Amino acid sequence: MASEIKLKVNDRPWIVTAAPDTPLLYVLLNELQLQGPRFGCGLAQCGSCSVLVNGVEIRSCVTPVSAVQGKAITTLEGLPAWYAARKKLRAAPALHPVQQAMLDEQAVQCGYCYNGMIVKACELLSKTPRPTEAQIRTAMNGHLCRCGTYPRIILAVQRASREMAKA
Amino acid sequence: MTLRRDFLKAGGALVIGFPLRNLLFGQRGSVAGPPDAKQVDTWLAIHADNTATVYIGFAELGQGNSTALLQVAAEELDFDMSQLKTVRLDTNITPNQGGTYSSASIQRGGPQVRTAAAEARQALLRIASKKLSAPVESLTVARGIVSAPGGATVTYGELVGDKPFHLAFTGTAPVKSTATYKIVGTAVPRNDLPDKVSGKYVYMQHARVPDMLHGRVVRPRGQGAYGAGAKVIGLDEASIAGIPGARVLRRGDFIGVVSPNEWDAVRAARQLKVKWDEAPTLTGGDGMFDAMRAARTDDRIVLERGNAADAIGAAPYKVSHVCHAPYQSHAPFAPNCAVADVKPDSALTMCSTQDVYGTRATLARVLGLKPEQVRVQYYEGSGTYGHSCYDDVAQAASLLSQLAGKPVRLQFMRWDEHGWDNYGPAHVGEVRASASAEGKITGYEYEGWQHHWSAIETSEQLALGKPAAEWPPASAQQVNPRCCGGMYDIPNVRLVNHHVDGLGWLKAAWLRSPLDLSFSFTSEQAIDQLAFLLKLDPYEFRRRNIKDERWLGVLDAAAKAANWAPRPAAVKLSRAKTVTGRGIGMGTHLASYGAAVAEIEIDRATGKVAAKHLYGAIDAGLVVNPGNVESQIGGQLVQAASRMFKEEVTFSKTHVTSLDWASYPVLRFEECPRVTPVVVQRLNERSSGAGEEVMAAAAGAIANAFFDATGVRMTEFPMTPKRVLAALARG
Repeated sequence: MASEIKLKVNDRPWIVTAAPDTPLLYVLLNELQLQGPRFGCGLAQCGSCSVLVNGVEIRSCVTPVSAVQGKAITTLEGLPAWYAARKKLRAAPALHPVQQAMLDEQAVQCGYCYNGMIVKACELLSKTPRPTEAQIRTAMNGHLCRCGTYPRIILAVQRASREMAKA
Repeated sequence: MTLRRDFLKAGGALVIGFPLRNLLFGQRGSVAGPPDAKQVDTWLAIHADNTATVYIGFAELGQGNSTALLQVAAEELDFDMSQLKTVRLDTNITPNQGGTYSSASIQRGGPQVRTAAAEARQALLRIASKKLSAPVESLTVARGIVSAPGGATVTYGELVGDKPFHLAFTGTAPVKSTATYKIVGTAVPRNDLPDKVSGKYVYMQHARVPDMLHGRVVRPRGQGAYGAGAKVIGLDEASIAGIPGARVLRRGDFIGVVSPNEWDAVRAARQLKVKWDEAPTLTGGDGMFDAMRAARTDDRIVLERGNAADAIGAAPYKVSHVCHAPYQSHAPFAPNCAVADVKPDSALTMCSTQDVYGTRATLARVLGLKPEQVRVQYYEGSGTYGHSCYDDVAQAASLLSQLAGKPVRLQFMRWDEHGWDNYGPAHVGEVRASASAEGKITGYEYEGWQHHWSAIETSEQLALGKPAAEWPPASAQQVNPRCCGGMYDIPNVRLVNHHVDGLGWLKAAWLRSPLDLSFSFTSEQAIDQLAFLLKLDPYEFRRRNIKDERWLGVLDAAAKAANWAPRPAAVKLSRAKTVTGRGIGMGTHLASYGAAVAEIEIDRATGKVAAKHLYGAIDAGLVVNPGNVESQIGGQLVQAASRMFKEEVTFSKTHVTSLDWASYPVLRFEECPRVTPVVVQRLNERSSGAGEEVMAAAAGAIANAFFDATGVRMTEFPMTPKRVLAALARG
């Protein structure tokens, strides 16, 4: 049965009434009307629904909303502010360096998988600021891109890594 | 679920409206289209703020055509790219340019947009000439500002600002010379990407309308034979009684559930007890190729020149082999989705179709409405690579809305999309070819067995009992004379198409580069084998047999990019655990020219094959945006590797069994090759497609690289470890 659940998403508190087993994804999509996390498989196989929970990438399509109460949830929309907070910047940039690098490399085709690609790459660079190509491939291996843009994503992650080192 | 946030309550759902600008055009959008293609106003509108909207009938599918077609308009109008925008496709607003097929947005749409823009520019200059009291020939334009020799200026916006042209589109206005191009031919960054990386982009899966229900279809997991439908034997509506708000909707064998809450709809669809007739209707995967080869067929000679059989019989060097290619799935990364609001005398359906007008016609038939009572709006979904389930989901959402009497948003689940796709058809190819001692190809025969595309969607079959039917013959469903040896100068050629009746097989449609990977896999290995028999370098052998300079151009470009060093194939065979090889291949779809080089690695112990580096060259005539085309080539090479190594629809005698990314694996990051795209720019040739033409070439190159590494020919793909080990054991 539905119950009240407190969430913290992109640094803002929310109270939703939902069945505790509702996957977080449906709450983010339909109640919070976010467009970053999105449905791809509902099976944690593809990565289109990824969000950060306390800085760790998880699959929101199989994570019950009740399991993330009180935790810091960051979606694609919140990544610039998340980055600014970690880097102790005075203001959030318009885009996270990973997002900017995806643009600079013109990596995107349809872009549907880019929510997960960007979220995962942000997590990777927060832990491993200067990853090797092999480390990037391994970290990103659970995220599928049907358009075949993997090579440009690798270039974009490398570019973002360089830019973040400068910043 | 409810949310205690007043602004969200007030805002309700995300309502997708039209740009405010359109309110200024009272008539635009208020009546059923297509708008009159013979009017300039149908194609573009100049606004008072000196910007313009270009109305384009091609869908942005992630390939960047919405940017490229604006480049064409900007070039002719002398606008900057920042001054132009386009609108979403809508049967009440955008012109009918015939659907976004065959990678032909630029090929077919470019000339229309170009001449419409040129016609508008001519009209604008006539008005400016009067206003500035200067002859038309003396005027210059930049950024939409017209300047007269004395220094007087006026903007396009000031000249017509938001008023219609009321001008016939004659198509006779002179267009600019390609030598003067400043925007066309440059890698303008795509206009859709900023919103795609920030999360602001509205995909179909995000579209919402007020007061809508969430729907899901309930079908067997995985389709049976096309035409057999899915017969309901028993339905227990009480099985979802525990989910308040969810209800079952049914018409014939079409079953869906709707609920105000999406998760409840998902749960209800999973929980609803339906007993389906599970009679075997399929051959099963193992018996497929033999059954296809043995089927009664409708045979057609696609091309006959000289006497191929005699030439092959008399030649000193000859090859002959049979190859098998599987059904493969579009498997869009996002399952298809649609929102429909069907009323007794009208319908609005939002979906991700490649052809809003085509979808409107079938929706009208399904709903019992006239086409002009139905409005279809296009929202981009994830990449579709051809006819995935977008029409099926549009019909299903519309049927559910009609049954519910309310707007319905329907998203397929992963198993619906994977299991009820229109797959790219399986193929049996037989090739025979011969060469003279001088290394000239003397004879070539190709025979292909496959069925056509499916014309009737699953929803219409299930709901209305509409009999299954195939598409009539069309070139992309048959042996392709350009891809099957067409790049070579061969005096004796015979191409035969064996059309297998598609009822009783899997539902099918065009999948990116339809059948061409299968043709090239079969044909380019035969060509390669002739080179091997002659002890010639396979690149050199191809060069000797190509006359057409555009085919030679791409072949040379691919070889050069890969630093191809001449040597015959399979002369460096090794017994090491890991062996490497390189191969070259050619191919295309219906137009353009493609060539590729593959460098691959094979683990002889595990049978695992990986492409390390793929090089692809394309000649697509005048390339409007080389950056986009390079991106497309990269995607084609990676997707071709995925299809050659991994992708295969599996099925039992009752249903399809590849229903998700575990049972239908695709290429991943760790398996991804490096890619080198090469655009052969030809400014003075007509633009042709660039979204699929390198895939076939890559398929041939990969197969030939396998032979170079192992001395063994693969005769079936995907080249899974099991097949590779079996092939190596056969030797």
